[in-house]
Amino acid sequence: MCLAIPGRIVSIHGHDLQRTGRVNFSGVIRDVNLSCVPEAEVGDYVLVHVGLAISRVDEVEAERILEHWRQMGEGPEAEGAMS
Amino acid sequence: MKYLDEYRSAELVGNLVRAIRSAVTHPWTIMEICGGQTHAILRFGLDELLPPQITLVHGPGCPVCVTPVSLLDAAGRLARMPGLILCTFGDMLRVPGTQGGLFQARAEGGDVRIVQSPSEAVRIAEQNPNRQVVWFAVGFETTAPATALAVKQARLRRLDNFSVLLAHVRVPPAMEAILSSPSNRVQGFLAAGHVCTIMGTAEYEDLARRFHVPIVVTGFEPCDILEGILHCVRQLEAGRHEVENVYSRVVRSNGNRQAQALMAEVFRPVDLAWRGIGSLSGGGLAFTPEYESFDAVSRFGPCEPAATGGPFSLADTGRNQEDCIAALVLQGIRKPNECPAFGVRCTPETPLGAPMVSSEGACAAYYRYRHRESYLATVTPP
Amino acid sequence: MTSLVCPNPFEESGRVLLAHGGGGRLMHRLIESVFRPALGNATDLDAAVLPPTNGRLAFTTDSFVIKPLFFPGGDIGSLAVHGTVNDLAMMGARPLWLSVGFILEEGLPLETLKRIVASMRQAAQAANVQVVVGDTKVVEHGRCDGLYVNTSGIGVLGHDRVLGPQAVREGDAILLSGDVGRHGIAVLAARNELEFEVPVRSDSASLSQPVLDLLEAGVEVHCLRDLTRGGLATALVEIARSSALHLHIHEESVPVQDAVRGACELLGFDPLYVANEGCMVVILPEAEAERALTRLRQHEVTAQAVRIGTVLADPPGAVTTTTALGSRRVLDMLSGEQLPRIC
Repeated sequence: MCLAIPGRIVSIHGHDLQRTGRVNFSGVIRDVNLSCVPEAEVGDYVLVHVGLAISRVDEVEAERILEHWRQMGEGPEAEGAMS
Repeated sequence: MKYLDEYRSAELVGNLVRAIRSAVTHPWTIMEICGGQTHAILRFGLDELLPPQITLVHGPGCPVCVTPVSLLDAAGRLARMPGLILCTFGDMLRVPGTQGGLFQARAEGGDVRIVQSPSEAVRIAEQNPNRQVVWFAVGFETTAPATALAVKQARLRRLDNFSVLLAHVRVPPAMEAILSSPSNRVQGFLAAGHVCTIMGTAEYEDLARRFHVPIVVTGFEPCDILEGILHCVRQLEAGRHEVENVYSRVVRSNGNRQAQALMAEVFRPVDLAWRGIGSLSGGGLAFTPEYESFDAVSRFGPCEPAATGGPFSLADTGRNQEDCIAALVLQGIRKPNECPAFGVRCTPETPLGAPMVSSEGACAAYYRYRHRESYLATVTPP
Repeated sequence: MTSLVCPNPFEESGRVLLAHGGGGRLMHRLIESVFRPALGNATDLDAAVLPPTNGRLAFTTDSFVIKPLFFPGGDIGSLAVHGTVNDLAMMGARPLWLSVGFILEEGLPLETLKRIVASMRQAAQAANVQVVVGDTKVVEHGRCDGLYVNTSGIGVLGHDRVLGPQAVREGDAILLSGDVGRHGIAVLAARNELEFEVPVRSDSASLSQPVLDLLEAGVEVHCLRDLTRGGLATALVEIARSSALHLHIHEESVPVQDAVRGACELLGFDPLYVANEGCMVVILPEAEAERALTRLRQHEVTAQAVRIGTVLADPPGAVTTTTALGSRRVLDMLSGEQLPRIC
């Protein structure tokens, strides 16, 4: 229902409804409307759906869950062989 | 790609699968609401990594599957109007209405254009001042704010040749309908992470409490989906039924305030007959009086009444061909291969209903794996 | 003395006119000033007379209606040559002669036509093949999109085998000559639906050199297939169905450029189904795999050649992959071309 991809804000221009960012998606550059993420600045990653940034990626949360999954590997369940 | 590749790591997937295997002691039926989640499950073969006790049911979270036939036919009629330009997402081109889909309308000379965003449709209207441009607005709460934004941009630029065929839909009423059905088999939900990025999680607290089902807000990459399943299974095993958010890198519990404000200004919830499920109260969106002038139906003439029949009347399940059981498949009550027409009269090339058209539709997914047992059983990857 | 410049009706408009297709003076002038310089050895007789050759002939035809006419890494002219040459190469034939038919839209700038025909000449020279006969027609403005090209090609087979799916055997190795998806994404960029930090260039190129090199080195090849509109997945499904065997690949081994992967994520495309124009699958006995890879990697167009999988017996007609996660997936033919999706 909603393909949304994270990209890095390269530059920002305009304001309010027209606040727009040049956003880099692994080499693809797109103009993205940033009016719904006023807190997002150049260098931030935003989640973009149909040309609209709908959230700023929380880099702390993003790393925390990865670390949590890595530690799972060392936990007691780790011994259970994956069939 | 940053924030994608890390969540597709085989090592982390392995850790999660092991955790799920040791957490599950009973059979559980879990529905992933969103077509995007279904796509990830199929593309990465996640269901094959799960223990057999877990059954995944593909939910109705795909605009191709649930957009009412009446609106599809209206889009086809608009596209055939001389001089009119109909803008749509690529997803909707192959979906069968009663007069073929939009591919058919285009083949008959209609000007149907695929766009990547609603604002692109506004740009097309600006570039073609003497032609009427209609944006076919499908999609869930994730996509509705972008339509609202486009409408406000059109108003700012005083474009009188831009209008919207509204087909946006809301998730909670569909979940309520599935849970209220006496034959419902679904015991836990993976909520659509990107809908919750907009709406937050509050709307689901009431459903979890009333129907005693765990609802886990889940992302779209393999690790995200497995994390959602793990938390759902842990709740089911412990008899808990809470709303949990495991996609916290983008979903905040109160969602996106600005996007919600945009929607509240431009839209209001209305009843709508979802294809395959029937009429849902508050299942659709209409314009608020202030933006009513942008409504394509009032501008170009009515299409069939949108909401007919009771919550579960199959009378107007959006008129798939009569023998299509999309309603039962979309609610997890029947599996696609339990349908007599499946793979015989109903194939991706000759779809009877929308779940066979969309590449993520439950029936299309099962069709692709129709010989699954024989395909995969003999494969011993060298 | 200032030279008298008489207003020459031909130069002044700078565009293709209906009259250019009329068989009269304007058409001959078009041939002399546009086609002759680029495709010198094409005859102006009704047909080319070809010398006898020893060995069986391969004969193919193709049409090119790509829009836009120019894209990063190529244009309709070079694409027409590469596409035709590659069809011959996939039979293991040495490409010799091409025919080229143009359908021009009234109003097409002559400059555009000159650029395309020059590009065609370069591509033919690089693939060392000759355009020996041509034809031009002009249609009213609006009845075609600038320019369409139809080609046919003749090549000679230096071997007596018939390459193709029917020659594929269980246990054969499946090789891929390069990264996938670049052509489809480059065309989308040219239609300014996509913008890139570093442009993605189409992989449009001739594959005849590496193929002939393999055959002349005596490598036993069972089947060659150039990947076009339906991408790698569709080519594999076609081979699996006509050989009634089961093609199994490892998705992780299929090279995809980062920018192409990024574009596919954004559009909701699967790179295995995105178009290519200079990439092929080579299916041959397991024992020949290493030798073939070494030879292929000596050619620029196939420098990234890699093994991606193996031919199995059952179930017949299937194509499956092992994903990066170790799970398995079935590849089917799409019912139409991939469309950008939001769900």
